[in-house]
This record gives sequence, C-alpha cells and structure tokens, in this order.
Amino acid sequence: MIETLFFDALRSAIGPTAASYALLAVGLNLHFGYTGLLNFGQVGYMLVGAYGLSITVAVFGGPLWLGLIVGMLAAVVLSIILGAPTLRLRADYLAITTIAASEILRFLVRNTGSDDLTGSVFGLRQFAGEFYDWSPFAPGEYLGPLGFNANRMWVTLVGWGLVAALSAMVWTLMRSPWGRVLRSIREDEDAARSLGKNVFLYKMQSLIIGGVIGAIGGMVFVLALQNVTPDMFLPQVTFFAFAIMILGGTSTVLGPTAGAVLFWFLLTGLQSGIRGVVDAGVIPGITGGQVVGAVSLIAVGLLLMLLMVFRPQGILGDREELRLDVS
Amino acid sequence: MVSSLVRARRGPQLRRVAAVVLTAIAVGSVAALTAGPAVAQSATETVSGRLAFEGEGVEGVRVVVESTDDGAVLEAVSGPDGSWLVELPGPGAYRIELDASTLPEGVGLRDPDNPAREVRVFENSTSAVVFALGEPQVQTSDTPRRLLQSSVNGLKFGLIIAMTAIGLSLIFGTTGLVNFAHGDLVTVGAFLAYFLNVTLGLPLLIAAPLAIAAGGALAGGLDRQVWRPLRAQRTGLIAMLVVSIGLSFVLRHVVLLFFGGSRQSYTDFGLQTALEFGLVRVQPVELWVMGLSVAALVAVGLMLNRTKLGTSMRAVADNRDLAESSGIDVQRVILAVWVLGGGLTAAGGIFLGLIESVDYLMGFRLLLLMFAGVILGGLGSAYGAMVGGVIVGFVSEFSTVWFSSQIKYVWALLVLIVILLVRPQGILGRRERFG
Amino acid sequence: MSPDATVPAGLAGVAHEPGVAKPDPILVVDGLRRAFGGVRAVDVDHLEIPRGLITGLIGPNGAGKTTLFNLLTGFDRPDEGEWTFDGRSAAGVPAYRVARDGMVRTFQLTKALSRMTVLENLMLGASQQRGEHILRALLPWGWRTQEAEVRDRAEGLLARFKLDHMRDQFAGTLSGGQRKLLEMARALMVEPSLVMLDEPMAGVNPALTQSLLGHVKDLRDVEGRSVVFVEHDMDVVFDISDWVVCLAEGRVIAEGPPASIGANPAVIDAYLGATHDHSALREERRRRQAARGDA
Repeated sequence: MIETLFFDALRSAIGPTAASYALLAVGLNLHFGYTGLLNFGQVGYMLVGAYGLSITVAVFGGPLWLGLIVGMLAAVVLSIILGAPTLRLRADYLAITTIAASEILRFLVRNTGSDDLTGSVFGLRQFAGEFYDWSPFAPGEYLGPLGFNANRMWVTLVGWGLVAALSAMVWTLMRSPWGRVLRSIREDEDAARSLGKNVFLYKMQSLIIGGVIGAIGGMVFVLALQNVTPDMFLPQVTFFAFAIMILGGTSTVLGPTAGAVLFWFLLTGLQSGIRGVVDAGVIPGITGGQVVGAVSLIAVGLLLMLLMVFRPQGILGDREELRLDVS
Repeated sequence: MVSSLVRARRGPQLRRVAAVVLTAIAVGSVAALTAGPAVAQSATETVSGRLAFEGEGVEGVRVVVESTDDGAVLEAVSGPDGSWLVELPGPGAYRIELDASTLPEGVGLRDPDNPAREVRVFENSTSAVVFALGEPQVQTSDTPRRLLQSSVNGLKFGLIIAMTAIGLSLIFGTTGLVNFAHGDLVTVGAFLAYFLNVTLGLPLLIAAPLAIAAGGALAGGLDRQVWRPLRAQRTGLIAMLVVSIGLSFVLRHVVLLFFGGSRQSYTDFGLQTALEFGLVRVQPVELWVMGLSVAALVAVGLMLNRTKLGTSMRAVADNRDLAESSGIDVQRVILAVWVLGGGLTAAGGIFLGLIESVDYLMGFRLLLLMFAGVILGGLGSAYGAMVGGVIVGFVSEFSTVWFSSQIKYVWALLVLIVILLVRPQGILGRRERFG
Repeated sequence: MSPDATVPAGLAGVAHEPGVAKPDPILVVDGLRRAFGGVRAVDVDHLEIPRGLITGLIGPNGAGKTTLFNLLTGFDRPDEGEWTFDGRSAAGVPAYRVARDGMVRTFQLTKALSRMTVLENLMLGASQQRGEHILRALLPWGWRTQEAEVRDRAEGLLARFKLDHMRDQFAGTLSGGQRKLLEMARALMVEPSLVMLDEPMAGVNPALTQSLLGHVKDLRDVEGRSVVFVEHDMDVVFDISDWVVCLAEGRVIAEGPPASIGANPAVIDAYLGATHDHSALREERRRRQAARGDA
C-alpha cells in the first residue's frame, strides 16, 4: 500500500499536470513575486490558451502552430483588457478583476450559445493529433513502475522542457535592467516613477508575459488530456498555482518547479492515502471519492494559510529578504 | 505592498491561529468520517431524484443524463412516486436535463429557464438532483411582462447581494482586508440552517435565527482567532488576502465534506402557489424574503446612523487612525463589524437557499457578485454596498430578458470592469482614496 | 545670520515679495490650485524658482508644501493651474516623464527599495538604459557595456555619499539617515537639472546632518544643479538657502533671501503668532520629529 501510494505520488509529481502547473506558477511568479501584481485569475490565461489552441485546430481545422499562436495572442489581448483599467489602481482591484474575468470566460465557453465554437459543457477534443505525431517515442511502457505510455512520455518531456526554457527566460530577464525595474515596482512603485520609469508600461509587460506563460501552461494541460472542457478551469486552479509558488519560494527562479513537484507529490500522496483508507473500510460506513476531493482541497487551503503565516519564503526563499520591511 | 508580505516577528498568538485551525479541521474531519452523509447505498455511482408537485409524485417524466467528460447519454423516466434513478458508468461531471415536454398538463418547472443541472459525481456516491416543480409559467415573448418579472427577480436577488455585501465592504473599510472567504460565510450560514432544519428537523423559522446567530459568532470567532492575531503581527495586506483564500477553501470544502456536493432544499416553504400581481408572479416566500431583506437593510442603515456603535463603525472605516486617537476602541469595533457582517451574510445565505437551493458553491458564486456590488457602490462604504448590490442583482436578472440566463452573471461582472474603467471609486466612493 | 547677508548675484535687485519675477527661472508656476474635500491645500497664484540656486520652501504644518511637490512632479493632479519647467509646459505630464525631463524628487518618508541592494537602488536611477527595454533585456550582450558604465557611476556616487561599504546590503537594512543619503544619491543618477528634496534632514541624526548639508551645497556649487527643498529646521534653511519661499494655507505668503524671511512678520505670524525667536520654530520641528518617530 505504501508502495502504491509512493508511485502514485511520484507519477503525478513528474507528470504533465505538474509541468502545466509549474508553468502557471512561473507566470504567476513574474506577476506576484517580481512585480507585486496580484493576479487571482491565472486560470483565465490557462483557459484562453487551451481554447485558443483547441478551437483553432478542432473547429477551424487549422494547423497546430497556428493554434499555439492564437492561444498566446489571446493571452496578450486578455492582459490588455484586464490591465488597462486596473494597473493604475491598488493591488486588490487587479485581484478582484482577474478572478471575475476568469469566471466570465468560463461562463462564456460553457454557455450553450457558444456550442458551435467551444462545445459548451462538453468541450472539444481531437486537436492533439498533430502534436503526438511529432512524438519520437515508440509505443510501449516507460519509466518502470510509473508506467508512462509513449504519448505521456512525449507530453511530459515537452512540458518540463518548456518549464526549463521559460524559467531560463525569466532568469535572464530578472538579471537585466528590465528585471531591476520590475523589482523596484514591487518594492515601491512611486519610487520607480520618481526615477523616470513608466510603471504602467512595465506592469503591463509583466502581466502579458506572465499571462502568456500561463496560457502555454493551459495548452500543455489540454494536450496531455487530449480534450478540453470548461470545468477544468475553476478558480481553484489559480490558487493551486499560488500554493505551488509560495511553497517553492516566491521570487525565486526555481521555486515554481520545486513547488509544483512537491505540491503534486503531497497532494496525490494524500489523495491516494485517503482513498486507501476509505477503500480498506478501516472506518465503517465511509466510502466515496467526495471525501477524497473535499479533504484534499481542505488540505490545500490549510497549506496556503499556514505557509503564508509561518513560512512565507517557501522552501527555496530567503527568510532575511522577507524580513525587510518597506514603508 | 508585497514587500510587507509578512513580518518576521511572531508571537504565541500565531501559534494559536494554527492550533485553532488545525483543531477545527481535525474535529471536522473526524465528525465527517464518522457521521458524514457520503455513504453510498450501492457500489456504483448514481444520480437520482424525486419529482413532486404539491406533495404528489409526478410519473412519466423523462430525465436525460449526459456525461460532460465523454458525451455519453443515458436516460430515465420517473416512477409512480415520482422518483427516478440513473446508474452512471463512473465518476465524473454530468449534465442532467429534465425534458419539460414530458411533464403532465398543469405542471411546470419553477425555473423554466434552467431545465438542466450540472453535477460532479465522485466515486461510489449518489448525487441527488432537485428539479422544483410548480404551476407552469407562461413562456411569453411579451417583453413588458418579462421586464416586470425580471425587475422583481432582480430586486429579490439584489437585496440578498446587498445584505451579504455590507459585511464585505465594512470589513474592508475597517481593516483594509478584501475577504475572499466572505462568500463561504454565506454557504456556511445557509448550511447551518440546513443542518438545523433538515438534519435535526427544527422548523426553519427557529433554525434560521439560530443559524444567523451562529454565523455572526463564527465570523466574530474568525476575527478574534485568525485576523486579529495577524493584524497584531502587522501582516501585510497581500499576505492576508492569500490567507483569506486559504480560509475560503477550508470553509467551502468542510461544507462539502459534511453535506455533499449536490443541491439541496430546506424542508419548509418549498412548494407554494405563486401569487399573481397583474403581470408578475411572486411566491409568498419570495415576498417574505424581500420584505425581511429590506427590513434588515433599513435596520443596518439606522444602526450605522443613529447608534454609537454604528457611528464608530463608520468613523473607523473612514479614518482608522483618527478614530483611534479620538478614543474609539478600534479592535472592538472591528469585532462588531465581523459579527454584524457574519450575521447578515448568514441571513443572505438562508434567503438565497429559500428562493433557490443550497449547495457548497453558492457562496463563492455570490462572492464575485458581491465584489461587483461593493466596487460599484464604493469599496468601504456600507451604503455603497447596498446600492451596488441591488444594481448588480438588477443587471444580472434584466440581462435574461435578452440573453441566455446561463450567462447572467457575466453582465454583472462586466459592470465591475466598466466601473473600474470610468469611476474606480464607485458611485458613493471618494476620489481621495485613490490619490 | 546677519541681516546684511549677501543676496546671490542672480537675484540681486529682485524684490522680496510673494510671486516676484526672477531673471532666469527654471520653474514658473501660475494659478495652481488643489483642494481636498473643500479645503484648499495649494493655492499659488504665481511662483518662480531660480536656476542654479538653492531655494528653501518653508511653512507650518499643513501649509501644502508636500502637496505642491506632488503636483509639480506629476504625482498628483491639480484642479487647475499651469506651470513650465525649463520653458516647457509640465502640467499634465505623468510623473515618470517629469523625472526624465530633469525634475527629480525625493520623498518625505524615504522610499528605499528594501529588498534590493544599495547598489541596485542606485543603478535603477540611471536614465536611458538599453537593458530596460523588454526585447533588449533578453540579449545581455546588448546592454552589458552600458551596465558597466552605470555601475561605475553608481559606485562613484556611493563613495561620495560614503555608502560604499554598504553596497551589497539590502537597502531595507539602512538607518534612517543612510536612507536619506541613498535617496539623494539615487536621484542624482537620473542627472536632474532640478532636484526637489522633501525634508532631506528629517529624522537624520545630527552627526549626519552636516554631511547631508554639504551634499546639498555640492549639488549647486560643484554640479550646477538647481535645488528646491522643504525643511523645518530654520537653522538649516538659513544656512544653505539662497532664496526662501514661505507657504501658509496653500498660499505663498513671503519670499526673499533668508535674512529678510527670518524677520518677515507674515512668516512669523504664520508660524506662531508673534514669537521672534527661532527657538519656537525649533520646538515645532522637534514636535514633528517626535510625531514621526511614533508613526
């Protein structure tokens, strides 16, 4: 049983879902960790990426590359729509607007009126064929006890490859003068302004880049599942990404990756453990996956609260850095 | 802002926060594991329900179940007692639609715009699906009638939003916290009443006041045990926002753990014959809900204006430092705001449960509309929350005259974005806050 | 300070009265008004700030000094009013453009960028950095040379302000006085022609005050910049100012060289009724500092 639990957890921790969430968290880290933007609607970026790709390919029969571009452009447009009214206001207005926008988008794609375009609640499929055609993996079982098939190997490789590439990009950016301006905005945007920095422009650039990275995360997520439905994009996804970012270490380059692996290892391990306990009938009268779902979400909530209060620097962050107090 | 993420110093108080939270969870989990309703009657997943009109089962109605995950379609027909059951191929998301054309003469859906429910079915569980039946509503293309009807619905819904949003706005005003767990206080209030009413069998007229009191006590307890210690540690506002998100997850899913994921109704006031007022139809319970909401809002307005506590609340919301230096016990006022807000929020949840149904996501759905209302009215102002809430209710219901009711919330949330563009301080807010 | 103190050459013959015109002003303000909730915070009919000199801005609490700074530097918007900086209209120009055009301010409550090092704080100040453009940022070889130049300049300033031993520490660890020095040095990285210092000496321990004063004088004498500063310590104001402007209730009530201001009845009235002694003003300053210490 312990062995099953361990392999369940490991399979999830290195799988494509963890990679997608790592991408969401890389984008969120650019927003929150480096610029101080409170984006509570990262799942909205994930949604526009996923639907941009799948609508282009599945509905209009476009090639995969076009779908990828459409998905990323959608994230740019979303950033401009959300950022224009809110980036001049206090941080909490952006938080409220982004979470509202992510729900608007979900309502819109699941609405029966959008059936022809988004497949409403049933979603879309058959957009991932070309992606898997490029797979170099021969059919078969890989990674021993983890039992990845060829397709899963391919999407896992691509997913973590993107995490590595985009983390490297963020690392380069944050060591540049551009990154220095971003961090100064996080610390005190009036100070940045008084030194001649166009704060609004930099915030917008940060929102766009982090959003596009989130959209890429959404594309990896649906390519791995080979289908997309609106209810994959519940607001809680954003807060999973927040938990991942804080767990790994806010404003660190490797934080999102370490956080995603650890988060999915713990969450899947917990779910597998509860399921084992429930199935074993240790506690009489208890069955049901609902318990697994509810308990794991309670655990995520507690993780967020306790981390924020007791270890805001996560596993990789610098305690001393957080100790400093501005204003 | 982020810079003051969290200060390093922390005392025993924060340990207490953790202890309280963990204890609550441990108690909650054990209780749920031993007494929870998540007990399956059979080894597979099913959805079921009972269709009834004026207490009698309705036979021969077709119910279609579609899997949202793979599009598989199953169906069932209700039996002589009105009950129906569909065995599902496995856990997942399903859309359950009642075929209104198979309803007998003289019986219709109470909400004809929503013939479908969506549920997520977990392993080895049964989901109950409620379709409330009543006298058929005349589907009409008669725009004046629909406008009138949707203004009544909008007022009803808007008053509930207003009631729940007051606490959100006052908490922001007095502490600077945008409480993302506020919606889940709605859910908890509704389910406290559900527990007393359905599980324990108390009449709702007794259960509701008890639940409102408990909702106020819960909110006050959260302030004392969680938020006050965090304020004392000078925790940054953004860190507090994230903590409130974590708290909302905990509250919402504790409700899920105890009461399951499907929509439920209170036992009282479920089936009523609608009253006709000219062109509009209203159920007596809806009239009561509206009347009591108005009474509550007026009472709060008077309280804020006429009592010492109320003026203190407005003073603290207006300028906390000034209030403190003029001798107001700010922490006490904040506690009072939480208790008041919690009670109003619980009442709003019960009202919403009465006119619609209760489910563990009801509060979260309402939260975004509360935000829209509060920002529209002016963040931090109680009167703004009232005005904004009612407007948001109107906007979302009016939209159903011209657009699909599935996207009625979208319009309310668009109002939020538009108001931020043109007047971020809201209708009743002051520009100076944005200096 | 003797009443016969010499007036700087540039201001010889300028009358000692509010709103007086000056030979070569760098900043000219006209009809500037800003009200908060019905209270006029700033209500300036006409004001000229001389080029290449140090202008002290004084006035009792709530006189509108900081609001005037905020308006002129684009951090707040006036209800009405016009002003020109270096001959160009600066009204309605966003704060970051004002800074780029050469009018750079500091803040009453210092804004050290806490979780950035002292060196990074300074390097941020440099204008026209190629690597601040998003696309060029990704190609380090395009900005490395300039970055090295910026670093050299920043280190030079750090040495001058005696902060070089702190260069790699987070700015959040600096003392209040060191933060004031850091902010002034950072403002100089922008190469401003007009430096606006909002209470540069507030909360600074006496040992540092002299060195800060020296730095302010250097801005004028060594670098030829114009300076406007808000200060409550009258000894400081009279020591380093070439010209003093006194605000009360948002209006300019007196202007003149330090010697004439100290004896100006309007100024004395504005402060404390009729006390002729500077000690009362010093008392006022101590009270304010104590209040700030509590905050």
